[in-house]
Amino acid sequence: MSKNIKFLGLLLTLIIIFIILLKGLNVSKDYSNEKLKGKIDFSLNAKKLFSDEIINISDLFDKNSTSVVNIWASWCAPCREEHQFLMKLKDMNINIIGINYKDSPKNAKNFLSLLGNPYSEVITDNDGTKSIEFGAIGVPETFIISGKTNEIIKKYIGPLTSENLIEIKNLLKKNA
Amino acid sequence: MSNYLGNYSLYIALIASVYLIFKSYLDANSENKYLDKNFILITSIQTIMITVSFFSLVAAFVISDFSNETVFNNSHTLKPLFYKVSGTWGNHEGSLLLWLLVLSVFLFIFLLNSRSQDTKYKLLTILFQQIIISGFLVFILLTSNPFKTLYPIPSEGLGLNPILQDPALAIHPPILYLGYVGTSIIFSASLAAMISGNIGDNWARHIKKWVLVSWVFLTIGILLGSIWAYYELGWGGFWFWDPVENVSLMPWFCLTALLHTVIVLQKRNSFKEWTIILSITTFSLSMSGTFLVRSGILNSIHTFANDPSRGLFILSFLFILILMSILIFFFNQNKISNVAKENFILSKETAILVNNWFMMFFLSVVLVGTIYPIFLEVLNGSKISVGPPFYHNLLIPFLIPFLIFMSFGPSLKWIKDKLKKFNYNILIIFLVSLLISYVILTKTENSFLLSIPLIVLSIYLLLVTIKDFFVSKSSISQKISHFGFSLLITSILLNGLFSNEFNSNMKVGDERIFNEKVVKLKEVNVTDVDNYKSLKASFEVTNKNSSFALYPEVRIYQQPLTITSEADIKTTLFSDNFLVFNILKDDGYYNVRYQYKPLMIWIWISTIFIGFGGLLSVIRKNEQKY
Repeated sequence: MSKNIKFLGLLLTLIIIFIILLKGLNVSKDYSNEKLKGKIDFSLNAKKLFSDEIINISDLFDKNSTSVVNIWASWCAPCREEHQFLMKLKDMNINIIGINYKDSPKNAKNFLSLLGNPYSEVITDNDGTKSIEFGAIGVPETFIISGKTNEIIKKYIGPLTSENLIEIKNLLKKNA
Repeated sequence: MSNYLGNYSLYIALIASVYLIFKSYLDANSENKYLDKNFILITSIQTIMITVSFFSLVAAFVISDFSNETVFNNSHTLKPLFYKVSGTWGNHEGSLLLWLLVLSVFLFIFLLNSRSQDTKYKLLTILFQQIIISGFLVFILLTSNPFKTLYPIPSEGLGLNPILQDPALAIHPPILYLGYVGTSIIFSASLAAMISGNIGDNWARHIKKWVLVSWVFLTIGILLGSIWAYYELGWGGFWFWDPVENVSLMPWFCLTALLHTVIVLQKRNSFKEWTIILSITTFSLSMSGTFLVRSGILNSIHTFANDPSRGLFILSFLFILILMSILIFFFNQNKISNVAKENFILSKETAILVNNWFMMFFLSVVLVGTIYPIFLEVLNGSKISVGPPFYHNLLIPFLIPFLIFMSFGPSLKWIKDKLKKFNYNILIIFLVSLLISYVILTKTENSFLLSIPLIVLSIYLLLVTIKDFFVSKSSISQKISHFGFSLLITSILLNGLFSNEFNSNMKVGDERIFNEKVVKLKEVNVTDVDNYKSLKASFEVTNKNSSFALYPEVRIYQQPLTITSEADIKTTLFSDNFLVFNILKDDGYYNVRYQYKPLMIWIWISTIFIGFGGLLSVIRKNEQKY
């Protein structure tokens, strides 16, 4: 291979890498609401964790207010870490709907009875399809969903922190 | 006051930089035999100015001058003095100033240390190094000025992340930077050597010192980061394959390859192009590390504030430097005089080449794991996370051939070696390591087929490197580093094989039985300390015939509100007992994680051995013989 071809090849590779990294810089890392205006299909049915009753997801949401949805699992270590903050949200009288992701009901119930139950209602998601419907990519994730428009206002990937709590409170106040 | 002083000294340093770039460029094209006296003078002025600037920031941190925005954002009057000082480089702006300081100090030392070198070569090194320095100066002044002022002056600062209040972490960035920045001198010097056409054994001897110095600092810097993660983060591991950790490991692989290649260049006057390529790559990787960490392009526990304009600047600067070095490489390639030499399969050169292949393989795996998620997100919007299993599955199997090569490679002769007559010593060592491995592996249930050759070979290598202390003729520094490396691999493997843990929720008074040990939570004391509230638990771990106490702690900081867990670790020569707890909720339950980790301390000790070998080689003058 001649030197020039080697040089041009290298140059081209560099330029491609440069462009990709440049684009990568602009990919939002805070997952703010701009990109998540998608609506949720509320027609899905799901089973409740504690009563085996099957309900329509839309029944869980209050049409006139904003809800907090938390996807969790008893096997997930960061969820355990996050739990204290969910309990604080509960103490602030904020309703949280829990989606129990790919978990065994027994373990999930144990988890809640040991650590406390911050959720106003928990639905089970054995195969992970409901979480996918919400656009989740892992556990834990927390969504703030507007009941009026059925839109995701804000999404938190990974465990919540104390800073998030204040933010969530403000978001709920703003969208009340 | 200190704000103005710091700010204007940076401008003076920038003027000096611009002057030096032009002057060195012009002088390099003339036929001057001697280096103009002005170079040393201006470089020292520049170094002094940057030092003044750095220390005025330190001073602002020490006296808690909240009129400075950086101090306001990152400090607090209640912080202990030591952490006020280390807070200087615990943030984006200050850490860049530290980079800059090290850059200029290293160039200054380089100039003092290279009197005997060719003038043109020195001028070009100054030129390239000043291009890097000016780039950083402009970057700091435009996007990350640490001397921005605030008015009205706030009465209290926003505090420093308490996770960063740790002695290991306080000295980790400076040491790591010494390693990173050291590679900039190697980069500038190899480009200069490429243009002035003096790549050869002499140059190798001269640059080897810088390679060693950077390598030692990088090794110790990585070690300190790892110690911090182990003791402070409380996750119970020493390496998490976090992108930011990987970013420091990649230049290390490259620099390790370079360290071996430079020796070939020095002894045999070959591998010239490869040495230059490695020098350029090592520096590019160090710079990319800065880019990846500082731009916020990565999702990582270490990422600082996101600011795309900063990322854009470093990215462009990085690519200009890489482009420049590629141009220089291609247009000066013909200046490299390659005397065709016969290479034999059984020779030290080949062994070092094999070492390089492995290093490049390890590097590629880590590079792909770190960068690919970013690429994928840009290309098709999908997010993947690459975790430890990826690295383990790709790296660990290749340790087997690597360990085999390492056991005999270093003892091969230069140029051509013969297959020796059957060596009974080797056979005995191998049988002994088989026996030891058998004893070890019967003690555990979670071993796989793969762990058998790994354990056997790592112990074999360990014994061989010990034997080499008495038999082999190679340098003592090499023996120490190689011994340290084999000890490291053995400790990591055994640690991975025998570690176990339990995780449980306990109340005061509860007992849990785990692996014939009884873990009891005796009490939890709440006290107020300087700038945080402390919950100290008292645990008792009872073995068959002995017992010891562990006192892990949870700290609740107010500025900003952060809860951290301080693990308590009982370290002995054979194992670490690691205990960490977390607050769950008000009804008295605590989440308790207890881990048994054998040979932890040997992971640190062996890395110190690796670094110490390098250090010894820097200090000792008559290392050149082997």
